[in-house]
Amino acid sequence: MKKHLVSAHDLTAEDAVLVLDTAKELAQVSDRPVKKLPTLRGRTVVNLFFEDSTRTRISFEAASKRLSADVINFSAKGSSVSKGESLKDTAQTLQSMGADAVVIRHGSSGAPYLLATKNWIDAIVINAGDGTHEHPTQALLDAYTIRKHLKNNEGDLKGLKIAIVGDILHSRVARSNAILLKTLGATPIMVAPPTLLPVGIDSWNGEYSYDLDEVLPKVDAVMMLRVQQERMNAAYFPTTREYSRNFGLNAQRLKTMQKHALVLHPGPMNRGMEITAEVADSTNSVVIEQVANGVSVRMAVLYLLLGGTNNESGENN
Amino acid sequence: MSILLKNGSLKGEKNVDILIEKDLIVKVAPGNSIKDDKAEVFDLTGLIVLPGLVDLHTHLREPGREDAETVATGSAAAARGGFTAVHAMANTLPVADTAGVVEQVWNLGRKVGLVDVYPVGAVTVGLKGENLAELSAMAESTARVRIFSDDGFCVSDSILMRRALEYVKAFDGVIAQHAQDPRLTQNAQMNESELSGKLGLTGWPAVAEEAIVARDVLLTEHVKSKLHICHASTAGTVEILRWAKEKKVNVTAEVTPHHLFLSEVHCQSYDAKFKVNPPLRTDKDIQELRKALAQGVIDVVATDHAPHPTEDKEGEWSSSSFGMTGLETALSVVATAMVETKLMSWSDVARVMSEKPAEIGQLSDHGRPIAENELANLCIVDPKASWKVDAHDTHSLSSNNPFHDMTLKSKVVHTIFRGKFTMKSGQVQK
Ligand SMILES: [Zn+2]
Repeated sequence: MKKHLVSAHDLTAEDAVLVLDTAKELAQVSDRPVKKLPTLRGRTVVNLFFEDSTRTRISFEAASKRLSADVINFSAKGSSVSKGESLKDTAQTLQSMGADAVVIRHGSSGAPYLLATKNWIDAIVINAGDGTHEHPTQALLDAYTIRKHLKNNEGDLKGLKIAIVGDILHSRVARSNAILLKTLGATPIMVAPPTLLPVGIDSWNGEYSYDLDEVLPKVDAVMMLRVQQERMNAAYFPTTREYSRNFGLNAQRLKTMQKHALVLHPGPMNRGMEITAEVADSTNSVVIEQVANGVSVRMAVLYLLLGGTNNESGENN
Repeated sequence: MSILLKNGSLKGEKNVDILIEKDLIVKVAPGNSIKDDKAEVFDLTGLIVLPGLVDLHTHLREPGREDAETVATGSAAAARGGFTAVHAMANTLPVADTAGVVEQVWNLGRKVGLVDVYPVGAVTVGLKGENLAELSAMAESTARVRIFSDDGFCVSDSILMRRALEYVKAFDGVIAQHAQDPRLTQNAQMNESELSGKLGLTGWPAVAEEAIVARDVLLTEHVKSKLHICHASTAGTVEILRWAKEKKVNVTAEVTPHHLFLSEVHCQSYDAKFKVNPPLRTDKDIQELRKALAQGVIDVVATDHAPHPTEDKEGEWSSSSFGMTGLETALSVVATAMVETKLMSWSDVARVMSEKPAEIGQLSDHGRPIAENELANLCIVDPKASWKVDAHDTHSLSSNNPFHDMTLKSKVVHTIFRGKFTMKSGQVQK
């Protein structure tokens, strides 16, 4: 595996399957009375969050602690860190604190890439979401969840069709998923009004559609993306009601899907907007399970990147 | 003491000797034909002699951002780049929107004395796009302003642009437009393309430039004024310019060295030294811009030299500043992009980097023929040089040069400004 996980592109199919297989092993730890492995004892993982995301931070924190790593939470939001230089300053501070891994969440696309490539730190860098760019561990946990239900928790996702519905333009989850699903042999289908698809979508790996109803019957899973409040007032669509009517997943639409089809959502959900409560709580929904799988997958990523096994670059930190 | 430049190649066409006394060229004769024992003699065999370069688009930052650049440091960088005249953009603090500020910049330039610094006046008060600045006061000041621009911002309001175009007719001024529809480029970070989608950076679509260029060409035709398009960056803009020139609309345009050479692919590094406005475009745009420059559809090269302190350029992309330095590398980039590729000759370079810009700026002392009784403003180039750019080896106060570590062809060796070396054998003469 590569040293850092900045983009879903950093993972080959073999790497991705290894992460999922490792997550499967590590998931058993979570079922034990003592939910801890000594693997990363003495290693320091820094959660560097320039943007609020309690859910993602807690998930990484739990993952690190279950592997016995020391965790430092570094919340940089709202402090003086809004201007350039500070990313470098912060990185150098972490370096002097002896960070072995930095989990970074940043509002600016590319910030984790800079951290990984600028020689400011020796630590491995894990992207926990950057701007409108990527969120690779979310894609891994989605793949894990899909594989568990539809592929008997083994191998890749060959042959599956997965719809990703909503604000593709601004979604880091959609970007990472589109890449990873393709890597694992599945076909992602982006579904959104044309205003919420990026220029150049035709050249993305996969398909796209403006018509949710046409897509739903042929997919094995559907990922509903959260519609951000700020999009609602920027002419991306006329009204939330119209959006919901065309792109919301309700019970009626769920009925048109295949029996085995899964419903995913990275959370937090706007119930009533992109997904109805009925669907969110239906048997097809794996939304709650995604959270638990998130911890396992992040444990696997930390384990593989920090554990020094199968590290091509030979760097054992 | 007089200066004798021996056997240099005049615009790459024929070898000549040039004798300079005081600030004037007193004699131009065939190569190795002049003998003058009292003159300081320089053998220019193998070198190209061009008229001193003229930049229509320079950000000197003074007054207000002396941490990024001053008139003195910017002038030194200009001299090193072969320039003998630069046009200082109005987005200083305070904005150059009054006779007082433009005269201050003009005087600073004269005091430094390395190049002629011609201030560009703001079109609107404070560059705010609301009320016209006192254009005629600036035109009549000692700075004698002829080019007006809100550069950095687009004069996007149609009626204000119309009025500005009309108003400057009274003193034969020109409006230099930074063409960028503000609504189409809110929070824009890079060229809108497949790549911007992948990188998750908000797109700056070509249409945001082209829509303004098209509108302004039509307005200019309607009110019979003069328009200059700053930093043309797209193939579509070239198409509109071609159409406008066929219709004899009085429009000129510039292209920057970086838009002739660097594509959006560099944004993949998330290295903000490649962040610039308008953004780096595609290879197709680069090819069309090069062709247009060679054909004269784009009239001139202008640097858009935009110095920024390190802390504004080394952080995350979206919080970093737009802009690149370019005075010291401009000639070499143009030579590499246009001359090495055989798209242009050295006399074309003289046209697009000196003669035409001087004409647009209405400068009587620059862009003149290299002939007897003309001012001795010269740029002397080694066309065989091949050199690696080091952004930190600069006279600018800033080092945000995107060509860092790249190898360029040709290099300015000497610059002569009003009969004196401002750079001699690569050394700026402060
Ligand atoms: Zn501009």
